[in-house]
Amino acid sequence: MPKRTDIHKIMIIGSGPIVIGQGCEFDYSGAQACKALKKEGYQVILVNSNPATIMTDPELADHTYIEPITPEMIEKIIKKEKPDCILPTLGGQTGLNTAVALAESGVLKKYNVKLIGANLATIKKAEERDRFKKIILDIGLEVPKSGYVRNWEEAQKIVAQVGFPAIIRPSYTLGGTGGNVAYNAEEYKEFIHWGLNLSPKGEVLVEESVLGWKEYELEVMRDKKDNVVIVCSIENLDPMGIHTGDSITVAPAQTLTDKEYQTMRDAALKIIRAIGVETGGSNIQFAVNPQNGKMYVIEMNPRVSRSSSLASKATGFPIAKIASLLAVGYTLDEIPNDITKKTPACFEPSIDYCVVKWPRFTFEKFPATNPELTIQMKSVGEAMAIGRTFKEAFQKAIRSLEIDRYSLDRKHIDSKIDNERLKQILRANRWDKIWYVAEALRRKLPINEIYELTKIDPWFLNNIDQIVQFEDKISIKNLKQAKKLGFSDKYIASKLNMPETQLRKQRIADGICAVYKIVDTCGAEFEANTPYLYSTYEDQCEANPTKRKKVIILGGGPNRIGQGIEFDYCCCHAAFALKEIGIESIMVNCNPETVSTDYDTSDRLYFEPLTFEDVMNIVEKEKPDGVIVQFGGQTPLKLANALSKAGVKIIGTSPDSIDAAEDRKRFNKIVEKLKLNQPLSGTAMNYAQTVKIARKLGYPLLIRPSFVLGGRAMQIVYDETELKSCVENAIAVSDKHPILIDKFLDDAAELDVDAISDGKTVVIGGIMEHIEEAGIHSGDSACSLPPFSLSPALIKEIKWQTKMLALELNVIGLMNIQFAVKDNQIYILEVNPRASRTVPFVSKAIGVPLAKLAAKVMAGKTLKELGFTEEVHRSYYSVKEAVFPFLKFPGCDTLLGPEMLSTGEVMGLSDDFGIAYAKSQIAAGNNLPTGGNIFISVKDADKPKAVEIAKKLHQMGFKLLATKGTCIELIKNNVPSEFVLKMTEGRPHIVDLIINNQIAMIINTTVGKQTIKDSFAIRRTALDRNVPYTTTIRGAAAVTKAIESLKQKKTDVKPIQLYYK
Amino acid sequence: MKGILLLEDGTCFRGCGFGAEDKKCGEVVFNTAMSGYQEILTDPSYHEQIVTMTYPLIGNYGTNTLDVESNKPYLSGFVVKENCNFPSNWRNQISLDDYLKKHNIPALEDIDTRKLVMLLRQTGAMKGIICTDGTSIKNLKDELDKYPGLVDRDIVKNVCTKKSYTWDKPVENEFGQTIKPQAKYNVIVFDYGIKQNILRLLVSHGCKVTVVPADTTAEEVLKQKPDGVFLSNGPGDPGPISYAIETIRKLLGKVPIFGICLGHQLLGLAVGGDRFKLKFGHHGANHPVKNLITEKIEITSQNHGFCIDPDSLLDKDVQITHMNLNDNTLEGFRCKNVPAFAVQYHPEASPGPHDSNYLFGEFIELMDKVK
Repeated sequence: MPKRTDIHKIMIIGSGPIVIGQGCEFDYSGAQACKALKKEGYQVILVNSNPATIMTDPELADHTYIEPITPEMIEKIIKKEKPDCILPTLGGQTGLNTAVALAESGVLKKYNVKLIGANLATIKKAEERDRFKKIILDIGLEVPKSGYVRNWEEAQKIVAQVGFPAIIRPSYTLGGTGGNVAYNAEEYKEFIHWGLNLSPKGEVLVEESVLGWKEYELEVMRDKKDNVVIVCSIENLDPMGIHTGDSITVAPAQTLTDKEYQTMRDAALKIIRAIGVETGGSNIQFAVNPQNGKMYVIEMNPRVSRSSSLASKATGFPIAKIASLLAVGYTLDEIPNDITKKTPACFEPSIDYCVVKWPRFTFEKFPATNPELTIQMKSVGEAMAIGRTFKEAFQKAIRSLEIDRYSLDRKHIDSKIDNERLKQILRANRWDKIWYVAEALRRKLPINEIYELTKIDPWFLNNIDQIVQFEDKISIKNLKQAKKLGFSDKYIASKLNMPETQLRKQRIADGICAVYKIVDTCGAEFEANTPYLYSTYEDQCEANPTKRKKVIILGGGPNRIGQGIEFDYCCCHAAFALKEIGIESIMVNCNPETVSTDYDTSDRLYFEPLTFEDVMNIVEKEKPDGVIVQFGGQTPLKLANALSKAGVKIIGTSPDSIDAAEDRKRFNKIVEKLKLNQPLSGTAMNYAQTVKIARKLGYPLLIRPSFVLGGRAMQIVYDETELKSCVENAIAVSDKHPILIDKFLDDAAELDVDAISDGKTVVIGGIMEHIEEAGIHSGDSACSLPPFSLSPALIKEIKWQTKMLALELNVIGLMNIQFAVKDNQIYILEVNPRASRTVPFVSKAIGVPLAKLAAKVMAGKTLKELGFTEEVHRSYYSVKEAVFPFLKFPGCDTLLGPEMLSTGEVMGLSDDFGIAYAKSQIAAGNNLPTGGNIFISVKDADKPKAVEIAKKLHQMGFKLLATKGTCIELIKNNVPSEFVLKMTEGRPHIVDLIINNQIAMIINTTVGKQTIKDSFAIRRTALDRNVPYTTTIRGAAAVTKAIESLKQKKTDVKPIQLYYK
Repeated sequence: MKGILLLEDGTCFRGCGFGAEDKKCGEVVFNTAMSGYQEILTDPSYHEQIVTMTYPLIGNYGTNTLDVESNKPYLSGFVVKENCNFPSNWRNQISLDDYLKKHNIPALEDIDTRKLVMLLRQTGAMKGIICTDGTSIKNLKDELDKYPGLVDRDIVKNVCTKKSYTWDKPVENEFGQTIKPQAKYNVIVFDYGIKQNILRLLVSHGCKVTVVPADTTAEEVLKQKPDGVFLSNGPGDPGPISYAIETIRKLLGKVPIFGICLGHQLLGLAVGGDRFKLKFGHHGANHPVKNLITEKIEITSQNHGFCIDPDSLLDKDVQITHMNLNDNTLEGFRCKNVPAFAVQYHPEASPGPHDSNYLFGEFIELMDKVK
């Protein structure tokens, strides 16, 4: 049956900012949907607050609304656009929840908008666990015993049935937020209360534990004629009890007999039919008891999910694209398989390789949190690796993670621990447990015992054992075998005591080279037309490089805090740009969540780790005309020197220029030459040198390691006692590079400038003024484009300085400079001659695809040729706000600092700065109050400004509550305010008031270790209770402006395409 | 143990041998199912074939006594990328290696199986010899030269039962649990190399099953007054099985007939169709088949090297009911004027999806109609 002609305009709701549990996989799915539906001739209306997405590029949809994803905002858009329907299944849980809210509130009915893909009844059947459970039981399948609770009384009744350990899952939260395992009554009470608070519906599911069972997932597609296919099966290496997003997972299922697999398949078919997902993809999770094969249905997502994008990348079957086509009426047999072209999409992919997905964690950024894995997701990204065996894929996955581990080597753990301690660690679900499993195998602990401790299936343990037992057998004679087992050159070289480059030479001389196989959906049964490749060590190579002019783009690897979707956005644009100018684009990346690893983003895709070894293998096979390293963040940049030394042509800004910008001494000379200013600074290799420099410069100081991203281990230090621990940290992450020491500019404004240069012409992309003061990592501060408080003269000077630096560093492509402004004096904080995190934001703000232009410049075009020689000025404000994962990390503070902690960003647009800022806050989930009590407690330095802010708030009708010092200051300045006790001063104190819902917003700035410690509970409680808070005085000023605008003006919605007109 | 696979075009794959120490000729084919290797090993349709699994990791869940389709493996050899010697599954009894040793099947691992599959895809299924006993290439070549291949040979007689017998075991799930309805239909099953899951499904659908040798005559069958006749799957080329074709012709119209795979081809030849050999056959568990009557798609289990040409049926009294969506080959038809139908693929699955189980129900309905 062909596509529907009764609908013309389709609205797609995106997933908003990147948060833990909802990452860039939804950009991948949304972008696929937009492309597919537009190609079919539908008008596509897109809503997403996240500017760093490909899907919000203006050409992907007819009207793109970068607006907060709230029912209120979307109603405004619906009113304006009058779409025929909403496709709610591609924007993750956010998209789904918002669509549900709109349906339930009657908005959809009012404007006659239908849901396609999944209707309200279906979504509710899948999402409301007691209904889901009933349906599953009705069709003869089993689920763990469970009950839904809304209060403590109900919770007590249920736990009597399910027993301990009991699983607690709050309803309708992202990535299992608030999920917990209670082993005793005390924990149970605590977790229930926390869960009830977190659930937007105040509901929590309490469930029988199936900890230690095997976990599986099936990706299912259904069309409106009830044709159903399983796209992929996934088996988790980690047992039930660890969130599947935090588990190492493998595709396809490895240890199920066909009988068991078909039972699971039958169950999946029954479930998708019973739940009634009309069209599209769903994923269904199962738990299997390894002792007797008993199978429980765990949950179902009636939408495209994280696993769908993994399954798409693992099989070559584009789930999101096909789901979109099915939603508009096509059936599976009418859609061709992109890869074979000749066969239809209604089949079940057969793969002839093994896929391993490995989550990436950033516990080091949240030291207050216990780094254990539970049923609440904590990973911030993932890497995927493909190999012909599990062992090969597993070892490739390790080096894809970019955590400076290239093997299971014992040097990564404390190998001196005794067996008892080792067993203890194996029992705990640490993120790095696998290295301890390897150690246990090295020590010849019986596999059975390791299984009992870890519940990792013996099949995986035996495979890992084969790797471990080969470690000491590695010799120059059995390199081939080592490579087949997936060992990295780096590890083999260290085992053989030779430099990696020498081993590489030897290996190639011996004829042991990587070959490339095609991911073709069909186990080679049909010819593949899509060069989607992975490496292995076998006989036949299918790479078949072309003779075209070609450029390799190195991607950013797994997402992490500091390096995420923004860089993938740039890499995709590089591929688009090369295509436009007739150069073959070759993408190298290992992140399954991204658009860059979609096989139709570039001409050729190598799904490979981003290490020297793996990249060189591709370079030698493809012999490209150039390699782009400046778009994928720090990952490819780190490889630039080694690649350049190996004779690879890096296009764009030279590795030498990159080094000149990073190397403190070289950079100082440039600044001196140009007669520019920078904060006084020094470099040191150890503590003694640091102290010397510190005494010379005076406090406060900014201490940081060089060559790191996201401000890793960066800290502001106010005195010598703080200095010591800080320096130790910095040395630990600096890896032989020097530590940088800067005089810290207190209370300065900070600016980010993105510019593009072809070596002769430099054009400013945008100047962003940070909302927060200098010292907060630029990735964590909100910012406004154009600046909202700086004088034209100052801006002119900044532009001039940017141009001088770009020309002096001979930048070819993009560059980013951070400036500080204090007392009308401009200081250069940092220069990065590469694509920065803000490139997508600036591109969206000015309506010019900077990354695309930069890629063309790098390929040899001039800006003049490209017609981009003048800075674009816009009359509206674009505000970016960062989004933080604090909620997922119990016990960590929410104070911002020089180390980046945010996972994502949102954008607000308006002609009015206050409204633009307000939109960014709403989009980030900070519900700005228009009435109620505002609590203020600020450090002394901020008091004058706090008075101004408080005055305004008072005039707007807010009641002010303040701690003693602040309160006195306010009253002194004729601002009425009420005195509130600090936690240390008795009760009822401020935290009591927050818990009693008496506080609408919090302004809390602090300095000094003790005050920070004392006020921690205020910030944490505010976070847990979803009370908006700001921890900087500049942030408070902006929020006040936003509230003022919200109260006076209308918030309007407008597509970016109209903003650009 | 070294292992070799030598193909008729001279290509030689060298890897490690496992399973039995032996050498055997056969037609080299590949199967794209990712699970179900034990069912594949014991499917008599693979007789005189050397089966390569495209999924690289085989043996992961071992073998057991339930997941068998006949009393033993009938194939000539088994080729995988990596054999697993530490099977992990609660149903496992002995490892794949031991199982193959026990049944004297030579096997090969650690070769580039994808290269082999691409070669077969490009040149078509080839004759080959698998060797794990150290025989020299020259001797293997000589032996392979003598191997006649499958075309125009009757190899059904090597695998079918010599005596008739009754079968009363219904389908078992993975836990060994069964449901057995009362037997209401007398069904005679021609064994051309039958998979036991067909028998189990017939029993589960209420049939009293009598299995008879492939060369049983129509008269002998009709004498038993069956409610239906089933034509089984089996190995090789249907062309030379003239005795079966003749018998089917005689049975047409006298008793409801249902055929699967080779049974489908024999029925096709019996109604006057022609057969041809596919380039490399269909062997897997993911082939989309469209039911032209319901317009629904079934994901099917397949295993055949020969096909009935649908064009050859155009002027016959048959209706084409099923087509393969990958290559538009014939997957099923039914006779318009007599109660008989057949499918080319495997509705009994095992291994593979259960989407087409309904066909057994249709057989029952057909018998009901005639009764």
